[in-house]
Amino acid sequence: MASETTLTWATVAPAIAEIYLAIAVCVLLLVDVFYGEKRRGLTPTLTLAALALGALLTAQFGAVTERVTLFNGMFVADELGHFLKLAGFVFVGFALLYSRTYLEQREILKGEYYVLALTALLGIFVMVSAASLLTMYIGVELLALSVYAMVAFDRDSGIAAESAMKYFVLGSIASGALLYGMSIVYGVTGTLSLDELAGQLRGELSAGVILGLVFIVVAVAFKLGAVPFHMWLPDVYHGAPTSVTLFIGTAPKIAYFALALRLLAEGLQGAVAEWSQMLAALAVLTLVVGNVVAIVQSNLKRMLAYSTISNVGFIVLGFVAGTPEGYSAALYYTLVYVLMSLGTFGVILLASRKGFEADELDHYKGLHARDPMLAFVMMVLMFSTAGIPPFVGFWAKLRIIQELWATSHPWLILIAIVMSVVGAFYYLRVVKLMYFDPPGELPATERNTGARVALGLNAAAVVLLGLLPGPLLDLCARLLH
Amino acid sequence: MNPNLLLAIVLLPLAGAIIAGLGGRLVSRMAAAYVTIAGVAISCVLSLIVLKQIYWDGVPAFNGPVYTWLVSDGVTMQVGFLVDRLTALMMAVVTFVSLCVHVYTIGYMHDDPGFKRFFSYISLFTFSMLMLVMSNNFMQLFFGWEAVGVVSYLLIGFWYTRPSAIFANLKAFLVNRVGDFGFVLGIAGVLYYTGSLDYTAAFEAAPRIAQESFPLTSTTSVEALGLICILLFIGAMGKSAQVPLHVWLPDSMEGPTPISALIHAATMVTAGIFMVARMSPLFEHSELALNFVLIIGATTALFMGLLGIVNNDIKRVVAYSTLSQLGYMTVALGVSAYGAAIFHLMTHAFFKALLFLAAGSVIIGMHHEQDMRKMGGLAKYMPVTAVTCWIGALALIGTPFFSGFYSKDMIIEAAAASHRWAAPYAYWCVLIGVFVTALYTFRMLFLTFHGEERFRTAHAHAASHGGEGGHGESHGSADAHHHGGEPHESPPVVTVPLIALAIPSIFIGLFTVGPVLFGGYFGDSIFVLERNDVLAELGHEFHGPVAFALHGFITPTFWLALAGVVTAWVFFLWKPGLADRAAEALRPIRTILVNKYYFDWFNENVIARGSRLLGRALWRGGDQVLIDGALVNGTAATVGRFGGVVRLIQSGYLYSYAFWMFIGLAVLLGWFLLRS
Repeated sequence: MASETTLTWATVAPAIAEIYLAIAVCVLLLVDVFYGEKRRGLTPTLTLAALALGALLTAQFGAVTERVTLFNGMFVADELGHFLKLAGFVFVGFALLYSRTYLEQREILKGEYYVLALTALLGIFVMVSAASLLTMYIGVELLALSVYAMVAFDRDSGIAAESAMKYFVLGSIASGALLYGMSIVYGVTGTLSLDELAGQLRGELSAGVILGLVFIVVAVAFKLGAVPFHMWLPDVYHGAPTSVTLFIGTAPKIAYFALALRLLAEGLQGAVAEWSQMLAALAVLTLVVGNVVAIVQSNLKRMLAYSTISNVGFIVLGFVAGTPEGYSAALYYTLVYVLMSLGTFGVILLASRKGFEADELDHYKGLHARDPMLAFVMMVLMFSTAGIPPFVGFWAKLRIIQELWATSHPWLILIAIVMSVVGAFYYLRVVKLMYFDPPGELPATERNTGARVALGLNAAAVVLLGLLPGPLLDLCARLLH
Repeated sequence: MNPNLLLAIVLLPLAGAIIAGLGGRLVSRMAAAYVTIAGVAISCVLSLIVLKQIYWDGVPAFNGPVYTWLVSDGVTMQVGFLVDRLTALMMAVVTFVSLCVHVYTIGYMHDDPGFKRFFSYISLFTFSMLMLVMSNNFMQLFFGWEAVGVVSYLLIGFWYTRPSAIFANLKAFLVNRVGDFGFVLGIAGVLYYTGSLDYTAAFEAAPRIAQESFPLTSTTSVEALGLICILLFIGAMGKSAQVPLHVWLPDSMEGPTPISALIHAATMVTAGIFMVARMSPLFEHSELALNFVLIIGATTALFMGLLGIVNNDIKRVVAYSTLSQLGYMTVALGVSAYGAAIFHLMTHAFFKALLFLAAGSVIIGMHHEQDMRKMGGLAKYMPVTAVTCWIGALALIGTPFFSGFYSKDMIIEAAAASHRWAAPYAYWCVLIGVFVTALYTFRMLFLTFHGEERFRTAHAHAASHGGEGGHGESHGSADAHHHGGEPHESPPVVTVPLIALAIPSIFIGLFTVGPVLFGGYFGDSIFVLERNDVLAELGHEFHGPVAFALHGFITPTFWLALAGVVTAWVFFLWKPGLADRAAEALRPIRTILVNKYYFDWFNENVIARGSRLLGRALWRGGDQVLIDGALVNGTAATVGRFGGVVRLIQSGYLYSYAFWMFIGLAVLLGWFLLRS
């Protein structure tokens, strides 16, 4: 193992995102302690500035041209990681931008919320760059603990506390499974490094490795929300404040993609035959349950939770292909999905007012008559999520299906397509409610200009990336080559 | 050539259309006008620069992709440009006409509530048309083709509260679907035989495909290239309104005159002509397809002209004249004189635009009266319109030295010189067509501008006006002086464009015929086999435009045209009573003509009604019972029940969630551990 005894700029620079973020968290905490009470808007504004600066620093100094391992093999820096970190800054920035008015009106606009969001982001970064089982576990826990606290952030809300409790307990079981699986794998192979693990696991696998693998797959499936480890997801999406739902529905998905990629596709690539079978079974269940149960939901947040589950099914299918092209399709799907759900939850936040949560489907009746812009954005997002061309969601689904075809999985393709048709129903129902049903007596929508501009950009990205899919597709293919 | 320059030409009108169309309240009425005009004006200037570079500076043609959209199974679908001399000429014509339309719109649509929408549409039209002509592959060609069709649909139905406009735009859309069906099959044929959507690949493969045959049934087959070309040409028949897919064009006059008339007469309908010229390397290798083109074109040229004689709506007469002239262009394509077709396309654009604007001017002057029977003697009241309209008419009937003479005579000569078996039929059609053209054109002139002033008596009961399909324009400013009585000359915003168009209508042929037809302007952009090259044969006898025009006085063409003018004069000016007696004597023929050869009747009663009956039967039997009843509602019910059951598992209890996780874990463990 190459050990660097001296720290030089070259050995630290690729980790600039993490280092900067850790410092920023400390500074923001201090600022919030001294000025938070006096100036409510200070920490939120500073956080956005910090994210922008972080993105700039990362883009400027964090870039690497080839894969390098640092910090005694605990940390890996590659182009993929660099790109995912930049994406993380952007997604979290958008999420916080959408949330501000919502938090303000519910009087939970506190500095801690923003600090927790940043520590969650730090967790995401650690997972993205993990090169060893231990680093990965630290990242998973850092993200999970921050998110548990965020779900319970509205302390006066009973339903939020309940869902936070469920999330915490079930998450702990999953963490236990992950740690148990890791320890078994370590016991059999004697190494924590993912690279060395990949080198050792070749040919016939021992029962011990498979035992550990099952536990790891279960943990990954829990984090992603694959059936039957998905049960926390609808309750948490429903119970958490909408701004938190927006948060956990977006940026962490990148981390879970990285979790699956680093652990399964890179570290345990010798066991690809086994885990891709497990994932195939989970994906089928996930697609069916996610889409079918979404149909009977009357609450939009719950419906979107099941929609998340069904989309996770597609991401998992990308891993089932078991080829770099398949992983790149999964990466593309993840990015596209995050982009779309960012917008969707953004619409929910803007449709809500003080004392009114626009989370029932009926609250969207006649939205077009009340707020044409919001309805139009929602329509674009719903069409895109349903996978209707020319929007970007179509390409995401197409890429996954292409890769399944290339790896000869006709049955999975059939199920994926049939379930997409079922899914189209509940997405289009939202459009029908907004455009064809009479508007009821509902409060006016929120007019926050900043959030609206961001939402417009978000929808424009969904349209533009759909019309010109080439660059992002090429990028995803290159990152996983 | 810089691809960014070409991109700018295409994208500027699109940007204008988006800003004007989706800007909402952020964009004021005049801002929408200025933004779109600026976009198209820059695009026009850049197109002229491209034309200059290509023709005068000798810059080589540009052919290359600018963006790869997707690659599917080895077939690349991309946005690419092929800009050679043919394209450069079309780009200049398209952007120039479009710019004129934009400027004219400010005045003409000034008080219309759909002002911004109109600007958005015509800019979008410019974008689509440019995508079509600049394409270097079939995919993009098809995109432009369809986009032009959509905008045309929107423009015809621009006044969407008017039932006749909705009927007309639906008709145009459906008829074009028929053509496009053939077009898509043609493109599929190209893809099938070459495996590529690129022009270059298809053109190179043409001689090879010409050897192959496509089996229709197990025993019969047809030459593959001929089939592909005929299918492509069916698309052109829809877009360029050739018999029997011409029925939409007269009705398209429901759009705001004369602006959409300009689009439908001078630019969009030429898409089909352009497409065939562009595909000349394919068509040249198929005698079958070219004979087919020839017959369709000749039929359109003669028989659509005849309809112009019996129509009383001034706009529709010009519309039928457009159909007939498109037939002439198609004949030129059919005898391999592609250059002559494009040349006629260009001269026609000027004088037909002139005639349409003149007709529009008359309609404004007559307070939105379109029936020529209620006009007469207008030359006294509208001198500028009358003189310019005379110029347009003289150009249209092919008077020597006028622009139309050169292009039209060249087509007739080419038809005479061609060796195709359908050429004699075409020759007689276009020759008789000259007489017919002269007759209907001067009938229109005499009825409108000369003779008895009939509008005074007519106006007494103008409330029930309309005539044959004539619908007054809901033009705001017109209503203000609706009861003005006397016809009056139109304001300068209308007459200045008339004068501006009259000048090229006279001279453009004289100056350009030499270089364009015989000076090798088109170079490599049009491909003609040596044995088919009738233009080269004609070139031997061509001794300059003046000699050609002087020679024109002793050809049968000139005397036929003169005979048409004299006939029109006798019947409609000298002895108006004769016209009615002639109509009485020729009643059976007249009935056929008035009913437009029963095309509309056939379409509505046989095709439309038949499809409705079939549709109803399938709907009742197949849809309601089988699909809706058993499949859709059946599956939906099953899915709903299943969803309900699964929802019960989601009990809300923590222990049950944990339980299911352990079940999942146990199943996976059992499956994989027991297996190994």
